[in-house]
Amino acid sequence: MGIIQNIGKYFMMLWIVFSKPEKWRIFRRRFFEEMELIGIKSIPIVALMSAFMGAVIALQTASNMDNPLLPTYTVGYITRSSTILEFSPTIISLILAGKVGSNIASEVGTMRVTEQIDALEIMGVNSLSYLVLPKVTSAMIFFPVLIIFSIGLSLIGGWLALKLSGLSSTETYIYGIRFFYRDSDIVYALTKTVVFAFLITSIASFKGYYTKGGSLDVGKSSTEAVVSASVAILIANFFLTQMFLL
Amino acid sequence: MIEVININKTFGDNQILKDVSATFEKGKVNLIIGQSGSGKSVLAKCIVGLHEVDSGQVLYDGRDFTKMDRLQRKDIRKEIGMLFQGSALFDSMTVEQNIMFPLTMFTKMTRKEMQERVDFCLERVNLAGRNKLFPAECSGGMQKRIAIARAISMNPKYLFCDEPNSGLDPQTSILIDNLIREITHEYEITTIVITHDMNSVIEIGESVIFINQGQNWWQGDRKSIIMTDNKEINDFVFASDFMKEIKETLKKH
Repeated sequence: MGIIQNIGKYFMMLWIVFSKPEKWRIFRRRFFEEMELIGIKSIPIVALMSAFMGAVIALQTASNMDNPLLPTYTVGYITRSSTILEFSPTIISLILAGKVGSNIASEVGTMRVTEQIDALEIMGVNSLSYLVLPKVTSAMIFFPVLIIFSIGLSLIGGWLALKLSGLSSTETYIYGIRFFYRDSDIVYALTKTVVFAFLITSIASFKGYYTKGGSLDVGKSSTEAVVSASVAILIANFFLTQMFLL
Repeated sequence: MIEVININKTFGDNQILKDVSATFEKGKVNLIIGQSGSGKSVLAKCIVGLHEVDSGQVLYDGRDFTKMDRLQRKDIRKEIGMLFQGSALFDSMTVEQNIMFPLTMFTKMTRKEMQERVDFCLERVNLAGRNKLFPAECSGGMQKRIAIARAISMNPKYLFCDEPNSGLDPQTSILIDNLIREITHEYEITTIVITHDMNSVIEIGESVIFINQGQNWWQGDRKSIIMTDNKEINDFVFASDFMKEIKETLKKH
């Protein structure tokens, strides 16, 4: 199937997904279930990735600062800026595209090949709205929380790495972190995250929902979901950076 | 009663259903039989709207399903119960939650009323007390019975069963067949069963439609299927020498 046809099908799916839920009470219950599955269960991997990411950024920056004209607080400044602007929202979203995206695609794909989605449709349930809407909305709300958490842990990771290696003092690092701070950077990071959350969950759901065949095809859908979501994140990141920062 | 009138369905260049017309009567077990790839599952999926027909009509007690919009179809679907080939129970839910699901979605029953309905349905399929099991903890036969319980939880007017006996031993198959027949008679349901199982044809086939090459090739009941001289249906139903002998014996009596 051509890429244009797939994009058309994707937007048609979104049209049905965002129709009014059958029952708000059921939607609310599903929303919190998905928030736990997609969001809370991602905390350990996000924490691990963020702490090490921050540590490596800080060490790399400090070890490459040969120029005596550069102030020592630059390490903190660069760690903060790169974490908030790119590393936390983009890299963590790419990690989540792998973890959450494959999980959603395989879950929905398995429901498709075992006729569970047909069963929902026969009952008169709008299967897309029932299955996909809680995933998309819970991710769009919880991923920004994860990214704030990631930014915090990344900065702590950077501080710990510098402290343990003796490359910078705590005061200098904190001064660097606070130096020329803009709220708009956080707004930019969170806006990107919301867009990425939408892309990850909707693309993975799309790939899973339209799976045809058996278990092998569920695996293929899962891989395609991760690849497509990652590509979509990179493209969206490029355009969002142009829109916000230039 | 469900009527299908001149249904055509094509996938790409392949015409699966060719002007199929049939009547499925209320309070009877209506069987659709045919070889693999003959189009019987496609016919059933067209009737319930999982596939759109290219042309023709599907009438649910005179209401044309093919001309309905999504919301009108939704109302009809609340009157349909379906037993899928692989049971299609929701893995993440317990037996009780599976049966309660349509009640939660479409009724204003209280928790207590829903619980009573679930217990009643489970008792009806001889699975009382299995409420808290997960589908993965149940055998194939139990899963089919749970799926039947879910299908009847909303008091359906129409019941569809896609290969209800596939993967089951003969004894469990008879149990499922009897259950389908009893429920059909008890609640005056229009039941359509798609099957390959010739035991089912002889046991519960009150009305039988033989689909061959995408057409309604033959229609009758379990008695007339034994007497018919139609070559295609004889080749299909009485394929083995053993079955041929049975046919001859039955004909003599």
